[in-house]
Amino acid sequence: MMARCLAVLALCFACVLPAQAHKASDSYLSLAVQGEKIDGQWDIALRDLEMAVGLDANDDAAITWDEVRARHEAIAAYALARLRLAGDGVDCPMRVTEHLIDAHTDGAYAVLRLQASCPAPVATLSVDYNLLFDVDPQHKGLLKLTHGASTSTAIFAPDARSQALQVAAPARWRQFADYVKHGVWHIWIGFDHILFLVSLLLPAVLIRRDGQWQGRETLRASVIDVLKIVTAFTLAHSLTLSLAALGALSLPSRLVESLIAASVILAALNNLWPLVHRWRALVAFGFGLIHGFGFASVLADLGLAQGALVLSLVGFNVGVELGQLAIVALFLPLAYLLRRGVFYRRVVMAGGSALIAVIAMVWLAERAFDLKLMT
Amino acid sequence: MFRKIIVLLACACGLATANAAPYTPASGSQVLERLPGGLAPARRELQGLRAALAAKPGDLTLATTLAQRYIEQSRRDGDPRYLGYAQAALAPWWSQPQPPSPVLVLRATLRQSTHQFGAALTDLDAVLKRDSGNSQAWLTRATVQLITGDFAAAHASCMRLYSRAPELVVQACLSSVGSISGQAAPSYERLRQTYAARRDADPALRAWVATLLGEMAARLGRPDAAEAHYREALALDGADSYLLGAYADFLLERSRAPEVIALLKDKTQADALLLRYAIALKNTNAAGAQQASAELAARFDAAMRRRDSVHQREQARFELVLRGDPAAAVRLAKLNWAVQKEPADLRILAQTAAASKDPEAGAIVRDWLKTSKIEDVSLAAHQGEKA
Repeated sequence: MMARCLAVLALCFACVLPAQAHKASDSYLSLAVQGEKIDGQWDIALRDLEMAVGLDANDDAAITWDEVRARHEAIAAYALARLRLAGDGVDCPMRVTEHLIDAHTDGAYAVLRLQASCPAPVATLSVDYNLLFDVDPQHKGLLKLTHGASTSTAIFAPDARSQALQVAAPARWRQFADYVKHGVWHIWIGFDHILFLVSLLLPAVLIRRDGQWQGRETLRASVIDVLKIVTAFTLAHSLTLSLAALGALSLPSRLVESLIAASVILAALNNLWPLVHRWRALVAFGFGLIHGFGFASVLADLGLAQGALVLSLVGFNVGVELGQLAIVALFLPLAYLLRRGVFYRRVVMAGGSALIAVIAMVWLAERAFDLKLMT
Repeated sequence: MFRKIIVLLACACGLATANAAPYTPASGSQVLERLPGGLAPARRELQGLRAALAAKPGDLTLATTLAQRYIEQSRRDGDPRYLGYAQAALAPWWSQPQPPSPVLVLRATLRQSTHQFGAALTDLDAVLKRDSGNSQAWLTRATVQLITGDFAAAHASCMRLYSRAPELVVQACLSSVGSISGQAAPSYERLRQTYAARRDADPALRAWVATLLGEMAARLGRPDAAEAHYREALALDGADSYLLGAYADFLLERSRAPEVIALLKDKTQADALLLRYAIALKNTNAAGAQQASAELAARFDAAMRRRDSVHQREQARFELVLRGDPAAAVRLAKLNWAVQKEPADLRILAQTAAASKDPEAGAIVRDWLKTSKIEDVSLAAHQGEKA
């Protein structure tokens, strides 16, 4: 090190090599994203800041540290007004924590240490960069973005002022949780699936004897019946959901939606004029295949996560099952308690099934003939 | 005393390792940056014009005057930041579909300097369609056509200058084209005579013509005449970075590296001049050759980070002569040749082709020598060696 310094010193005297190049104007912006926190460093040439905010107070063409220090607030205000960071669409307020100096090939730069905090961990960072373009349209902002071990770069220019950068694939478990949430949500807003399930479950606490509905004797028998139906439905729709999501099978969505509506009608009518009772699990399986295509179209709209196909598929499916379980958990105790009364058989079972059948018929008409009957 | 040495050492090391780590300067009076132009009146004048334009941003005359001055400043210093300032001055008109003619000519000049030659020609054609008597547009058009190797078109553009521009300008234009397209000796002779007859011309114009004469004489293999022209040009304008580069090349070719070191030692802000300086240091085994080379590498890195390809000619020479990487050099030289075709571009292409034995580059050079009929003794010697 010492020898090198001496050699350089000798050079300084011998041949006076200036450290400054003539170079077009650039600023160097480094951002390190860690969860919802962003640490940054922004190097802006003193020469450029002189043009933009004025540094050379005594106008002697030499900029001293005192002159820069006196303008720290102005520099920070100028810079921060021309940089906007947003994590997944939401602003990340930013402040300057420290002012330093550094040397680049074309001279001395003001170094601004930055800190920004976003409301949530950042998956996509949007950067709006507007520094100096009015003073020097050939200026460029050179961004280096680090996140963990990965680094990406971007160049900002007058015709590329805003860019969105993928910080990194979100953590695996988070991705999985997201798809579980989507699955639950879809069951909750997907009334056709709920009504189909409810239609099949309504008779689960009853038993058909001599052409009459009667309450089942034990909870156990009801639970087993529910379990068979839900398992059959789940197996079936998981199968077609997976095949469709992976692109192995596809059906036109209008056909699928119409068949789903038809399945609800049939399940509801079967409660009023029973054709199949003991084989409802089989019905659940058969129509479950159709419902699986319906789930798949939702998943197709969401898109499977790149590089985590199976993970997101399983996550979505788990979500659908969890949503189903919640419905069962609500339905079964209530139905079991009410099963022996006339209210359950007449109002809930008969009335409910009739209502479901009517609603599903409207859906069928809407979907099959592309009409708008209900809003 | 000892403390002073320590500080000097620190300063020297800081220079050696540019952008090592951000720091807080030790003293408030420490000078961090010297603004280009220093206390020279030119800087004040530009500041004054800029302030005046800021007060009246829509003033076309003021804006074009300022842009013109910035472009001149950039040419003298080899400093591209001035080109950006020039563009900023023209901002109100820059993106208009039909900017006023003075803006179009300046926009073409700025586009030419960032090697957007096609866009520059489009601007110039638009001006000339409106006003076929715009001599500045014809001259700039000729320059762009000359750089891109379209000699017939360049000659035609020069011809349009007759009776519209000073005789010395017209002849400089015509001789520049003729000198590298089969008329080297008569072109030189005619320009030399016109130059001698026009002692009263503007010194900046005379310096430019003297530089052209130096280059022409050197290509013709008349080093004494070339030397005299360069010296005259330097006496007229010793700070012009193009002239300094041309003369440095002339000296380097004649193994006069020590003179190059003296000529350029405090003019290395421009990459093109640092390149010649570093080569001269290397050729004389001088201390600091390594450091100059490293500094240049850092500058090319910085240019590549902003995706600038304006200096590929210099970068090819850097790879060939200073880094000893003929493969990288010939790749850059070919990329550069695709954009511009001046004698210096041909020279570096021929040198890298010979060093790398790249058959494609070699074929391009041979074809060009044949079709353009360019005469250049340094090239002829090169081709002769190879044969």
